[in-house]
Amino acid sequence: MPLKYHSNYISTTKYNVITFLPKAIFEQFRRVANLYFLLAAILSLTPVAPLSAVSMIAPLAFVVGLSMAKEALEDWRRFIQDMKVNSRKVAVHKSEGLFGYTHWQKLRVGDLVKVEKDQFFPADLLLLSSSYEDGICYVETMNLDGETNLKVKRSLEVTLPLDEDEAFKDFRGIIRCEDPNSSLYSFVGNFEYQQQVYALDPNQILLRDSKLRNTQYIYGVVIFTGHDTKVMQNSTDSPSKRSRIEKKMDKIIYVLFSVLVLISLISSIGFAVNTKYYMPNWWFLEPKNTNDLYNPDKPALSGLFHLITALILYGYLIPISLYVSTEVVKVLQAMFINQDLHMYDEETGIPAQARTSNLNEELGQVHTILSDKTGTLTCNQMDFLKCSIAGVSYGVGSTEVEIAAAKHMSSESDFGTSEIEIEPSTPMTPVFERVRKSTIKGFNFEDDRLMNGSWTHEPNSGKILMFFRILALCHTAIPELNEETGVFTYEAESPDEGAFLVAAREFGFEFCKRTQSSVFVRERYSPADDLVEREFKVLNLLEFNSKRKRMSVIVRDESGQILLLCKGADSIIFERLSKTGRTFEGDTTRHLSEYGEAGLRTLALSYRVLEESEYLAWNAEFVKAKTSIGADRDVQLERVAELMEKELILVGATAVEDKLQRGVPQCIDKLAQAGLKLWVLTGDKMETAINIGYACSLLRQGMKQICLSAAPSDPTQPNAKQAVKENLSLQISNAIQMVKLERDPHAAFALIIDGKALTHTLQDDLKARFLELAVNCASVICCRVSPKQKALVTRLVKEGTGKTTLAVGDGANDVGMIQEADIGVGISGVEGMQAVMASDFAISQFRFLERLLVVHGHWCYKRVAQMICYFFYKNIAFGLTIFYFEAFTGFSGQSVYDDWYMLLFNVVLTSLPVISLGAFEQDVSSEVCLQFPALYQQGTKNLFFDWYRILGWMGNGLYSSLVLYFLSVSIFSSESAFRSDGQTADMAAVGTAMFTCIIWAVNIQIALTMSHFTWIQHLFVWGSIASWYLFLLAYGAGSPLISGNAFQILVEALGPTAVYWLSTLFIAVVCNLPYLAHISYQRACNPLDHHVIQEIKYYKKDLEDHDMWKRERSKARQETKIGFTARVEAKIRHLKCRLHKKIPSLTIQTVC
Amino acid sequence: MNHSNSSAAATASGSADAANLRRNSRRPKYSKFTQQELPACKPILTPKWVISVFTIVGVIFIPIGVASLLASRDVVEVVDRYDSACLPANVSHKDDKVAYITDRDTDKSCTRTVKITKDMNQPIYVYYQLDNFYQNHRRYVKSRNDQQLRDKNEANETSNCDPEKTTADGKPIVPCGLIAWSLFNDTYSFSRDGKNITVNRKHISWKSDRDHKFGSDVYPKNFQNGTLIGGGKLDSNLPLSEQEDLIVWMRTAALPTFRKLWGKIEVDLKENDTITINLENNYNTYSFSGKKKLVLSTASWLGGKNDFLGLAYLSIGGFCFVLALLFTLLYLIKPRKLGDPSYLSWNRNPAGQ
Repeated sequence: MPLKYHSNYISTTKYNVITFLPKAIFEQFRRVANLYFLLAAILSLTPVAPLSAVSMIAPLAFVVGLSMAKEALEDWRRFIQDMKVNSRKVAVHKSEGLFGYTHWQKLRVGDLVKVEKDQFFPADLLLLSSSYEDGICYVETMNLDGETNLKVKRSLEVTLPLDEDEAFKDFRGIIRCEDPNSSLYSFVGNFEYQQQVYALDPNQILLRDSKLRNTQYIYGVVIFTGHDTKVMQNSTDSPSKRSRIEKKMDKIIYVLFSVLVLISLISSIGFAVNTKYYMPNWWFLEPKNTNDLYNPDKPALSGLFHLITALILYGYLIPISLYVSTEVVKVLQAMFINQDLHMYDEETGIPAQARTSNLNEELGQVHTILSDKTGTLTCNQMDFLKCSIAGVSYGVGSTEVEIAAAKHMSSESDFGTSEIEIEPSTPMTPVFERVRKSTIKGFNFEDDRLMNGSWTHEPNSGKILMFFRILALCHTAIPELNEETGVFTYEAESPDEGAFLVAAREFGFEFCKRTQSSVFVRERYSPADDLVEREFKVLNLLEFNSKRKRMSVIVRDESGQILLLCKGADSIIFERLSKTGRTFEGDTTRHLSEYGEAGLRTLALSYRVLEESEYLAWNAEFVKAKTSIGADRDVQLERVAELMEKELILVGATAVEDKLQRGVPQCIDKLAQAGLKLWVLTGDKMETAINIGYACSLLRQGMKQICLSAAPSDPTQPNAKQAVKENLSLQISNAIQMVKLERDPHAAFALIIDGKALTHTLQDDLKARFLELAVNCASVICCRVSPKQKALVTRLVKEGTGKTTLAVGDGANDVGMIQEADIGVGISGVEGMQAVMASDFAISQFRFLERLLVVHGHWCYKRVAQMICYFFYKNIAFGLTIFYFEAFTGFSGQSVYDDWYMLLFNVVLTSLPVISLGAFEQDVSSEVCLQFPALYQQGTKNLFFDWYRILGWMGNGLYSSLVLYFLSVSIFSSESAFRSDGQTADMAAVGTAMFTCIIWAVNIQIALTMSHFTWIQHLFVWGSIASWYLFLLAYGAGSPLISGNAFQILVEALGPTAVYWLSTLFIAVVCNLPYLAHISYQRACNPLDHHVIQEIKYYKKDLEDHDMWKRERSKARQETKIGFTARVEAKIRHLKCRLHKKIPSLTIQTVC
Repeated sequence: MNHSNSSAAATASGSADAANLRRNSRRPKYSKFTQQELPACKPILTPKWVISVFTIVGVIFIPIGVASLLASRDVVEVVDRYDSACLPANVSHKDDKVAYITDRDTDKSCTRTVKITKDMNQPIYVYYQLDNFYQNHRRYVKSRNDQQLRDKNEANETSNCDPEKTTADGKPIVPCGLIAWSLFNDTYSFSRDGKNITVNRKHISWKSDRDHKFGSDVYPKNFQNGTLIGGGKLDSNLPLSEQEDLIVWMRTAALPTFRKLWGKIEVDLKENDTITINLENNYNTYSFSGKKKLVLSTASWLGGKNDFLGLAYLSIGGFCFVLALLFTLLYLIKPRKLGDPSYLSWNRNPAGQ
């Protein structure tokens, strides 16, 4: 082998054993604060340092060590994940036609592999042969591009004979191909086999991470392995994301750094002045006998040295443990997310997972959600729900969203309609109590008129029979007998088709066998009858494609009659109906629009009886078209098909529910009420997307839909592109005008745009206006978008609005947007891990997003915001006292506190309470968060981390530092005895007393900040204070060589002294008085929402006054135009208006 | 069809069992902690609480303030500044003052009289007070070695003691360092009506210092032997643990103006008593224009005379009463029913903004 190929081993880890230390340490010291502390620690080994080396190095080592441990743990998890993939097994040709299993990672380029049904391809393969004679295989590429329909791959004809293990005994071939690249849809290469060269195209290439479907097995040759595969080439390093709060925190740290440099400069100038002018007089310092640190002759040099000293000394302004504490807190928060049973999916057994913990608080600030559709909003499962046959609508089932809306309506009517009596005369009222009992996948139909053979008693039973036959015959699926249950399951190209077949089976028309020429259906008209197996000869199949929007089969039944059975989009079918076939057109149209409003996918079914001669004449032409070679073959076929698909007779229509994932409508409703915007980005076609829009209540009747689509252009025209763009630009301008001119406050707009139009609108000159239009629309649906476009749209929203975006998706096609968005959420549980691997949070159901955002997001945001504010407060309060003291020591760099106190301050004495604030604080309970989604806006509006609040906290810190220092010094004046036996306080006593006050003050402060005390908070807050005294006792009891002047200080000097305790009480109270007064005043005059709700809960008003609670809950939401609540409201408005018109004499207060 | 249904159900339950095992392993275990449902007390600031907190603070602080102030007022303090008075009349320029004080040979004794303003009950503490003396300077504070002070075998351990580590010929100084070297050495003796008042110079330092930090078998060595003489000398026959002036001096003060205990007078002094003080004015504060004062003071349970604590307590206590009053007024004038939903943001701005 001339080239050294990569092995098939993949690795997504950041580090390995060797690179971990250097890389992780480098990462750590990229944080400016850590770098500063590192320099400080190095300098602390020199005589410049004001503090002992250990007091600088120990906290740094602790902090950095902890962060690195976290990194290591996260990387270990990634490693385990990789190992799982790498050690999957695949059958490889060993020798002499024998295949054996081996790990994926051992695969090499040129290996022959056999992949079996429903397995993933281990590498990029060249398809040689499959279990089908013609060498085709079906591939699901959902992981690559998110498309759910199966794709057909076809092997070269020359390799077709290689369809069993034995055949590979002497197989030799040479493949020459392009270098590895990331393009999924192109492949250039040739295959040299038996002295012939054959060209290869993407049709023969099976890509890693796509899945073999509907095919027993395939044989293939490995072309690209490991990181050379297309899917790996497409994967980009996940960008490291940082939350807004953290970015702002950096800014605050820069501010503090500036303050630090400023006071250090003041100090060093003060020191230089002192050294130059006063120190020569201070004989007790032996000024003539000094080194450069204190040289009165070289004040500038000494000042410079002192600058370094001061920078180290005042380092307490920068909270060293801030990063590590936030990290600990975030790990705890992530643990709570992972452990939350409300986000655990019982069905799949997958809990929620916070994959990175540094975005927790960002969850509380989300403004726009960009969601994938298939697999995220919907299950990619179609359920046959309703049908209209011969002008009669069957099926009493209702969609998720109807159930949800009906529920909401009935609860609303308790009080909402009390002012006006309306009987909501919608058909959805009675249904919600019915429990869904259907367990058959794909079938959710309930109507006794059709089930169990009773359809034979219906007036139009002939039509019904035809309807069922069309369902059972007009498709391309393959039946598969489940050996255990004896039930047929169907491998269909699309899930709709599968649903039709299941429905037909349940109605008694069981499709059981397909041969080359026939379809066999077992029919049973009533449960009592025996099965009758009927054979239908399939004469022709006119395939479905997105342009034709219909498919037909021509069959000959057992009586010899030739029938054309056609199903397709209603508009397409209706224009091809014969005059006699329009009997039910009116009723069916009505039903279709009802189904469409409910978000169901509809198809119209029709048939035509053919005369033998007519068929033969047509078939001759068809065969001619089929065998024609050249570019116009498809055009020819289409034209011929067109000839046949006319004069149709309408039978009815089907309504299939693209099954939403559980709880999706409710979740969307809640998220909308929380003020979040939802954009749907889907690869599906526009109709499907609109259906789902209705199903999720993103769209409703009466909403003004703005559809942007690129006008079909003539590619031969020179300025085609330009023309399309101008056209779009015009559309956008018109739409913006329309939105602006709208006066009705309830009017809602929906923007629907397709991928082609997006390619133009995402260009620089149009995107600003597109965004302007989009943000003014209540809902935005982008359809037929590529993965790349998803990412681009996400970037547009992120950068254009400057707000936090969250992207949620499940497939590899969502990876781009998941990585691009501020927060990426992956839906786990379905196959394929790409989305999850790229995501920051993984949940198994879309509905968990509600709890993730509204509960965890809200909490985490507030917790982290308050925690960081408190951190700055605490360190300013402490750090500045050191500075004040400097002014009284001739700026010499002496600290009033013992080194050990300073070391313990951040790491031990004040760290646990702040962690408990950050991890356990709850302003309101999780139930209340969910009941009052409007509370979420506190995060989106950033009420708790705006500069006003941050500066307020800093001001509080400044005030506290002044109180702490000057009151302590005045009380412990060195000019009078501080105890009854006459001693005066030395520096150790003053420092210890002052430090005690600080410990009390900051811990009382945090207790005032908290609103939720479990035993943990009590333990940590009061325990911290107690631990200070315990430390003091222990420190004082140890060797005086370590404690120096602090030896026995509590027992002997301070403990028995009244002044010590009185000063502690006094200063701790004075420090916290303004804050207490401030929050009392704020609560009294300007309460925030959570204050009021806390009070309602505190007084148990919610239990006493049920109506009020319910009313407030219903009001506690942002004005929203999407979600089923909005839909119900729109409906009520509509009904009220009608009523209003009918009885004009009645005065009703309504807004129409 | 019935058949198919039941069998489907059977397999479903069969596979469910197997799946359950796998699932349960990932199912988070319920605990109140992980579900964040720990029982919690959620205090809120009701007007009742606000007013009572401020009132209680006031109620506690004012008596403490009164008691502290009374204690401080009880203390009788007599202060006599003698740094300029104890100079010969012809010395007025700073350089002269320094020359005078650093001249080892002149007699620097000086006599002062003070009048006792109020009855003073024993023990009466005698302090010296220095001013503008930066005992808290980093160079100064660090210049000592605790090991050497404690253990006679560690006499050579003079690290940190720069620049008073060793004598010119390299012998270690005990006690080394600037602090010891600059030991205060003015001396006082008191007499009333010609009768000497004994001053107890014992136990003016912390007991822990004497017992644990200054060795009873460590004797001063090579102390003040160099050319540059700092402050006082030490009796090389007394162990460090008994050199209490040194021990007190080594407790560096936090601020540049400080008092240190010099001794205790254990007799009562009466109002209008005239005390004659014979002092030796040895210590140089003239270089840096520092004042020297001699202080006689009694002590209350709170210590020396310091009105600050009492006044501070009184004023903050009063301030809290005012706050309590203001909040009461606020709640009366602008009452807000607690938990009144009309204050919720969506009710205040019906537009929902």
